[in-house]
Amino acid sequence: MARVLERLGHACEFRPAQTCCGQPSFNAGYWDEARTVASRAVEVFRGAEAVVGPSGSCVAMMRVFYPQLLAGTPHEAAALDLATRTFEFGEFLVDKLDVTDVGARFPHKVTYHDGCHGLRELRIKEAPRKLLRAVQDLELVECDEAESCCGFGGLFSVKYPMISTAMAEVKGSSLVRTACDYIVSSDPTCQLQLDGWLSRQRQKPRTIHLAEVLAGADT
Amino acid sequence: MTPGSPTADPHPVHEAEDPHLAKKKFLHDAAEHVRDTSHRAFVRKALGGYYTSRDTQKARYRDWEQARDAASLAKWSAVNRLDELLPRFVAAFEANGGKVHWARTADEARDIILGLLRAVKAKAVIKSKCMTSEEIHLNAAMEQDGYGVVESDLGEFIQQLRGEPPYHFVFPCMHVRRDEISDLFGKHLGTPPTDSPEELTMIARRHMRRLYVDADVGITGANFLVAETGQISITENEGNARLTAALPRVHIALAGIEKVVANLDDLAVLLPMLATAGAGQPMTCYNTLYAGPRRPGECDGPEEMHLVLLDNSRTAILADPEQRDSLHCIRCGACLNVCPIFKNVGGFTYGTTYQGPIGSVITPHLRGLADWNHLSGASSLCGACTDACPVRIDIHHHLLHNRRNAARSTPNRLERLGHRLFVTVASRPWLYAAGGAVFRNTLWLMKKLRPPLLRDWLATRDLPPAPPRSFRSEWRSRS
Repeated sequence: MARVLERLGHACEFRPAQTCCGQPSFNAGYWDEARTVASRAVEVFRGAEAVVGPSGSCVAMMRVFYPQLLAGTPHEAAALDLATRTFEFGEFLVDKLDVTDVGARFPHKVTYHDGCHGLRELRIKEAPRKLLRAVQDLELVECDEAESCCGFGGLFSVKYPMISTAMAEVKGSSLVRTACDYIVSSDPTCQLQLDGWLSRQRQKPRTIHLAEVLAGADT
Repeated sequence: MTPGSPTADPHPVHEAEDPHLAKKKFLHDAAEHVRDTSHRAFVRKALGGYYTSRDTQKARYRDWEQARDAASLAKWSAVNRLDELLPRFVAAFEANGGKVHWARTADEARDIILGLLRAVKAKAVIKSKCMTSEEIHLNAAMEQDGYGVVESDLGEFIQQLRGEPPYHFVFPCMHVRRDEISDLFGKHLGTPPTDSPEELTMIARRHMRRLYVDADVGITGANFLVAETGQISITENEGNARLTAALPRVHIALAGIEKVVANLDDLAVLLPMLATAGAGQPMTCYNTLYAGPRRPGECDGPEEMHLVLLDNSRTAILADPEQRDSLHCIRCGACLNVCPIFKNVGGFTYGTTYQGPIGSVITPHLRGLADWNHLSGASSLCGACTDACPVRIDIHHHLLHNRRNAARSTPNRLERLGHRLFVTVASRPWLYAAGGAVFRNTLWLMKKLRPPLLRDWLATRDLPPAPPRSFRSEWRSRS
């Protein structure tokens, strides 16, 4: 991700003070605990021009849920401010930087897996597809369950493993039917779930992060 | 007369006996259902037709999203003005000659209806589809008091013969194959086997016609109560609700208090939305407004018309500003139809009157959060439900709200400890980095030891080996 952004002429920094966004506790209902983590995070990212994340889920947590979680606390203003500066990687390139062709080449047939947080909390649908269509020698196909959840859902995947796996099976089978070489995703946790199921089923396609595809410059 | 076995109690779980019984049963039934791949494929296929017709009908709206705004506003303004609209509706309904009965609880509603049956010396009761009656376990209560009751909606009739509660609150028998229906009718009604849906419908219709005439009480639900005119609006596809309301001597309708809408204009927005979101139809086949019993000079209609208005925790939801919009629900079932949980665990697994995402939101309000929070947990929070909701209920976020409320009111000590430990680590970057290092270096061992949670993952999914280096160290070495 940093490589792509730097190639486009932007300076990237990584603030070592950052940790997790706190979503696991938030989603489990432990909002007081999550609030502690969130209060810290809004301070860590203070002053950054843009905060770009390689996960629609983490970005949704920071952009959509931090302002709710921190409402009425001394960190509310910082949370609202951070929400305006936080972007998911693909969305940042297309909607903020107005870039679709990053000069990448990836000679494979791929399909894009919409992560639910990216798709429904952040309303990102076209941005990653625009980026992929601009990649040289890449063939983009859609699966028939494109907007279906992979079934990860954080702790849901281990608290309700049978439902989570059934969902992976529905989504994974649909992805396999496209006969693609790679499943492109903008969410490492969806990748974990899909790869976990595909590998267990001895199915060929594997996931790859959008940033990895875009970083694959043919220079 | 009652065909078939008595309607099964839709709530076989008695929370008081074991506080975790509902959850245990859910986990057990979900695991069982998930293994039934042919059933899951059958349900997916059935819903495939719905997606196509729903999208076709949605495309006919000039702007579906704007229509959702309008529908949401119609319900919002009604729900937030219940104190004004309910009395207005009641006054208009009684001016039309109907009689309103208020029921605070399910028990009260049952007692009122049983009291009415006794008062009018009912012998046979016919019913059209009414989920509120499932909510208050009305059929079981009527049968216990010796009243024969027949469901006149085809889907509900099939479920009654099968001795099962509805599988889906709009499509009660969507899980039943055509040949099973044919066998069922053969067994209970003595009809020859057939593969034709039209013939199966005709069998039920022929059987039912006599019963409408014999019944002295017809019980219906209500989709909307129009405050402006005092009318009850009922939506249906088979014409059975019309006969149920019009032929018997007495018509009793049962509805939740949140069903009220301000006027006919709002109804005009909501009726097509209900049809499209719920069943992929432009309009449902029959939308009827009932304005009181037969008046002097009229040739048909019931002699008496009663409406039981049910609270049953709806005012508690009303008092919760965060989840108040769950009272907007018009019970279209769109959220079930798109829900990956519903599609994979099936309708019965929920163990509730209202299945699917909206059921997971409201059941804790109706029957207790401690016993029913697991339904809010059983979600990947994908949000497909919220996008599908024609009245814009914030369904999947309410699942989060239920989880938060449960963590506050009945925290699981071990779980809370885990989250506190997580906060401790996530608040200290050095500890967070150290934790990552421990994780990277011990993952291979953990995979062998298979502690809980990791074991649940590994049972069906692989886990890649841990990366050799942390992102932090890679970042440090690149600059």
